[in-house]
Order: sequence, then C-alpha cells, then structure tokens
Amino acid sequence: MTQMTKATKHDRILLAHGGGGQLMDDLIRRHILPGLKNDTLDELGDSAKLDLASGSVCFTTDSYVVKPLFFNGGDIGKLAVCGTVNDLAVAGSKPVALTLSLIIEDGFEIELLDKILASIGETAGRIGVDIVTGDTKTVETGAADRIFINTAGIGIRLADVDLDFEKIAVGDKIIINGTIGDHGMTIISQREEIKFQSQLKSDCAPLAGLTVELLESTTGIKFMRDPTRGGLAATLNEIARSTALSVEIREIDVPVRPIVQAAADMLGFDVLTIANEGKFVAVVSPESADECLSVCRNHPLGKEAEIIGEVVETRDVPLVEIETRIGGKRIVQMPYGRELPRIC
Amino acid sequence: MCLAIPARIVELEQDVAVVDAMGNRYKTKTTLLPEAKLGDLVLVHAGFAISLVDEEEAKQTWQLIAEIDEFDDTQNKVSG
Amino acid sequence: MLDRINKAQNDINTACQTLGRQINIMEVCGTHTVSIFRNGIRSILPKNLKLLSGPGCPVCVTNQGYIDVVLQLADRDDCIIATYGDMIRVPGKEGSLETKQAKTNVKVVLSSEDALQLAKDNPGKTVVFVAVGFETTTPATAVVVKEATAGAIDNFCILSGHKLVIPAMRALLSEKNDNINAFLCPGHVSAIIGYGAFAEIVEEFDRPCVVAGFEPVQIIEGLCEICRQLSTGKAELKSMYSAVVTEKGNIAAQKIIDECFEPVDGYWRGLGKIPKSTLKLKDKYSQFDASKRFGISEEPSEEIKGCRCGEVLCGLIEPPDCGLFGRNCTPQEPVGPCMVSSEGACAAWFKYGRDK
Repeated sequence: MTQMTKATKHDRILLAHGGGGQLMDDLIRRHILPGLKNDTLDELGDSAKLDLASGSVCFTTDSYVVKPLFFNGGDIGKLAVCGTVNDLAVAGSKPVALTLSLIIEDGFEIELLDKILASIGETAGRIGVDIVTGDTKTVETGAADRIFINTAGIGIRLADVDLDFEKIAVGDKIIINGTIGDHGMTIISQREEIKFQSQLKSDCAPLAGLTVELLESTTGIKFMRDPTRGGLAATLNEIARSTALSVEIREIDVPVRPIVQAAADMLGFDVLTIANEGKFVAVVSPESADECLSVCRNHPLGKEAEIIGEVVETRDVPLVEIETRIGGKRIVQMPYGRELPRIC
Repeated sequence: MCLAIPARIVELEQDVAVVDAMGNRYKTKTTLLPEAKLGDLVLVHAGFAISLVDEEEAKQTWQLIAEIDEFDDTQNKVSG
Repeated sequence: MLDRINKAQNDINTACQTLGRQINIMEVCGTHTVSIFRNGIRSILPKNLKLLSGPGCPVCVTNQGYIDVVLQLADRDDCIIATYGDMIRVPGKEGSLETKQAKTNVKVVLSSEDALQLAKDNPGKTVVFVAVGFETTTPATAVVVKEATAGAIDNFCILSGHKLVIPAMRALLSEKNDNINAFLCPGHVSAIIGYGAFAEIVEEFDRPCVVAGFEPVQIIEGLCEICRQLSTGKAELKSMYSAVVTEKGNIAAQKIIDECFEPVDGYWRGLGKIPKSTLKLKDKYSQFDASKRFGISEEPSEEIKGCRCGEVLCGLIEPPDCGLFGRNCTPQEPVGPCMVSSEGACAAWFKYGRDK
C-alpha cells in the first residue's frame, strides 16, 4: 500500500512555501536546517537568544542580489556569509552569529536552493559562525530575480581594538591583502550581454581569521575596510573624505592578476573601481607596517599582500592620487557607480 | 577612439573565431582579416579582428605581454 | 620599458628646451586622451609642451540631434535599441539611454554582431543599432549590414553616426585652430586606413603626423618623435605602431566600408558642418537605414547655454576654462558630451587630473 505523505516532494518553490504553513515548515526542516545545524537555530524561535560575554558588539547587515547565482569561486550563498562576516571582521570584531533571510521566487528550482544552502552551511561552518535565526518569504515570479538573500551579523569586539577614521594620521601606510578586481571581473564575465569564457575566479573569502590574527598579534592598525562595490578607488576616497587627509598609492605596488587586467582592458574598465570580496584595506602606523605585512603574507588569504601607499597631507582638497607605472601622477576619483563597457 | 587588445586565435571556423587574451576567451569574427590563421596574434576591436599583430613587436609594445614569459600562459600570476 | 620611457622623456625635455617656445600637440583620439590621463603622462612632460584633446571622441562629436533621434526610437515599443556602452549616458534634450533603460528595450552590446543577433532573436521587434565610431569601428557595422542583407534580416537597421578622422583634422587646421603644431595620430584608426592616409596633412599643412599606439611607452615615444621633428623644422609622417599599423592599412576593411557607405556632409558638435565627414548607407543598403525606415531625421542641435564643449574639442580651451566644468557639469550630472563620455576631455580631466 502506498503511503501518502503530507509533505509532497517538490522540485520548485511555490508561493505556498512562504506561507508559514505546512510547506514552509517542510522546506525549513528538510532543506534549510540540516546544513546549518546548531542548537540555537534548531529551536526555531522567533528570536535567537545569544549568551555573549559582556562588552561591545559589532552589528551589520547586507543584502545579496548577485547575478549569476553561481560563479567561478563561489555563489550567492558563500557571498552572503563572507560579505557580512567581512564587514564584522574589518570593524575589528570576531563574528559569532548570522541571521539568514531568504526571498525566493515562485518557480525557483529547489535543487539550486539546496546548493546555495549547502554553500552557506559549509562556509559558515568553516569560519565557526552559526546561522542562529532566519526567515523565508516567497514572491511571484519576476519579483525577486530568482533569489535575494539578506544576512545580518553580530561580532564581539576584540579587546583593546578600536578602529576609527579619527586615528588615521599623515605617514600611515596602506596595506591590501592581495590582488584586486578578481570578483567584479568574474561576475562581469558572466553577465548576459558580456559573457565570455574565462579562468577568472572570484576572490570571495571570509577574512575574519586573518583580521583577528592581525589585530591580536600587532598594534598599530588604525582602520580597515573591505573594498567591495566601487573597488579600491571607492574605499580610498572614503578614507580621504572622512579624514580630510589625502592618499597616495603606487600603481606598481597594487597587485593585479594579468587575466584580470586583460579582461578589464578589453572592456575599458579601470581595475581600481572593480569589486573585491576577499580583500581588505588596512591603514596602519608606519612602524607596524612591515610586521602587519608579514602576518598577512603568512596567511593563505594574504600571500600577495602589499604596502601600496600612504596617507599624506592635503594640499587644497582631500585627494587620492596614484603614481603610475611610468612615474606620472593622476587623481583616482570616486567611481560613478556603474562601469559601462566601452569600445572607444 | 578605439579600445582594442591583442589576443591569440585559438579556434577558427571560416570567419568565426575564439580568441584568448591572458586566459579570457572571446567570440570574434575574422571577416575583416581573411588572412588570419589559427594561432595568429590579432588586434580585436568590438568583436572583430582588425589587424595582425607582430609577435616580437607585441612584447616591445604591450606591458602585459612583456611581463609574461610565454603569453599563452593562462596561469593566474601576479603582475608588477 | 621604463628605460625607454625615461630616454624618451629626456629627449623630449631637451628638444622642448631647445625649441624654447610653447608647443601644442593635438591627440586626435579619445582613447589617447584616456590613456594619457590614466598614466599621468601630462605630469611628466615639460611645461612648454601642451597636449590638446581633439575631436576624436565619437560620442563627444555626435550632434545632440542624433542622440534625440535615438531617444525617440527608444520610446517606441516596437524597437529594441542596441548600443555600445559609450552612448548610454549621453544626454539628449530629455534624458539619456540610461534613463530609458528602465524600459528594458535598451541593450548594451559589445559588437555589431550582438545587435544583429538581437534582431534574429526578436522577430517581433525592430532592432536599431546605434552605429557610432570612427574608421576603426565602421567596418564592424558594414559587415553586419551585409550579413543582414544576405540573411534577409528585415527587422534590423542602423542609425549611422560614423565619422571620418581626416576631414575633421583638415577642418581644424583650415579654419578653427592655428595653434596646433603637430598631431599624435590614432593608432587603431590607422590600422584600418593605413598611416599613409595622414600624408595629406603633412604635405598640405606642414604638420608632423606621428601614429602611436595606446600604451604609455608608445605615446611618449610618439611625442618624442614629434618633438624631434619640430626641432629639425621638418614635418614628417611616421608610424611608431608597426606592431599593427601598415602604410596601406586593412584593405578588406576599407573595401567593405566603401561598399556600404558614402561620405556626406555632416554636423560635428563643436566643429559645425564638415564636408564629406560622416558616413551614410549607400542606396543599395538604404533599407537598413533607420532614419529612412522611421522617417526621422536629425534636427540641428541647439547648444546648451554655457556649454563650451565645441571649444574643448578644438583644443581652444581646456576643460577648467569652461564655466560649467566641475560646477553644473560633472561626471555624475554631465551637461555636454565631453563630460559624459569616459574619453571626453572633460571627463578625463575630472577623473584623473585637476591641476594638469
């Protein structure tokens, strides 16, 4: 006799999966929970209760709408964990817990959802961060471009670490932990209208391990930020704007993979403005620069770290300038916010 | 007024080609360069090969190519 | 390459010192403008050597009337506009293609072939290809016009904004600007037309014409050669880009341009009317001419009050000399095309150099 099960196996998301009833319960228990297993999440309370040592916390949120969902070097799930973890990391904290909010289109393949969830679970597990609470919503086809994800994160601030724009001073050195432009060019290479085959690979990676090590083993780090959208250009301009100081970097010291440079050249993009998802910029005291560099280079995510420049006095307006390979000088402006491929 | 980069023809069928630039592969037409052959280095602009590129001169001309020992090298290496 | 650059730099310094006077070299190529700025080349040249950014930015010299026609077509539900990214932010009278992109019928393409493919994939719509560019880009348009003919792809058409470089250079020298001592000539246009095409400028106007590529070493060596010629007082035609440029150029490309297009008088923003300077589809291919198909023609454009793009294009003033520069006209809110196009003199100046 065949047994009728209440939860019928579906291969695509239905609107009912977001309805708070049987189907959603089934989705959570059979697809979402298993990969993210932890006691707090298993309670499925409306809120997660966290016992944290007293002190101060860092708290952040980010939404992830990347297309394509799967790309060389990662996927929207890995990105959703790394992006938020990295925001906590560069704020000088140790990430402990994340929320996970899914907005899924009617018709989205559950097999793909499972892949994304597995990626989230795997990435979070590797870092030692728990997804402690979440939410699932479904929307009509077309309303969410397949799937949107939001994660919020809490981190415990490291003792004696206070990263702040205000600490930045003339003479401070600027360090980046590796090559730029990898993530953005990888995504662009898979955009519908541009698509080209490539060995480009996103640098999507969780930085907390490296940043915690840096902050715990050195003194002298004044400020950190991850150069995501807008790239290195945007981050350096934010630093200049917030400190009213100027920044000078050297093109020859900025690490770029030839494959990334060539891809940017083909489309007329400036690699300085392309997004990164596994990089941070650190502003450090001149005395501590070499030591910081050494710590980075001994870590898998910092092998190609470089000191790329320094903070300098402002002449008239705070500017970011780059000394080019040929010894020329030019300004690095805040990017427009959208790179368009050129033929001219 | 003309963004164009050197790339090597790695596939060619009549005038439909695939070119490789440091590991990025692009669809390209060789309609404007009927003499182009598989393995040639060409200048690509707006999806078309517009000129053959002299290999030796390429190394003297383009920084990226000069830095790579064999520029079919598609390993990700840091430049500079 | 650094030693080549240093040597060329030294030679430029020596030559400019000897010459003793102000030297103005016009770079007739927007891609040169961007490269010069991106590499900070101006900052390593002697003070009496000035680089003028000429009308080599196909977007910048496109009349507003042309852009308005494109925007009108973008408003039609039966049209898909296929355009290179360069044109997306150029402002017309009412908005730009970027503001129209919300309508989803504006598609950025990297190649004319992509535009033709759009037509094949969307039989219910007419694809209008925004065909701008100089001689480097024109052959790509000609190829797809021929393919459309052969394949009877009736729902494809082009709005030709293609322009010719030499007539513009002649116009600059004949009427507009005696200030130009020499030209740094466009490397990739030369790959198509051959460096020999610039001989007439050397012969008739006695100006050095040096063809250079776009890497900093090539630009600086090109400038060095120009200074050398100016020092000897003998204007010559020279190509420094032998890696891709020959004297005769790409004959197959020239043939296909000639087969599909004919030069007609055209209006260039900032330069006014230049005889036989823009390309129109020949009658044989007129079915693919969007302006004929839709019965829309360009209206003469009204200059925007205060906008001095025209003078910038002729190298008569530098971007900061324009009252709107950096105030009402910025890359975020551009007024004139010189600011919109990433290789427009004003945009490049704004992005890369304030005091140079």
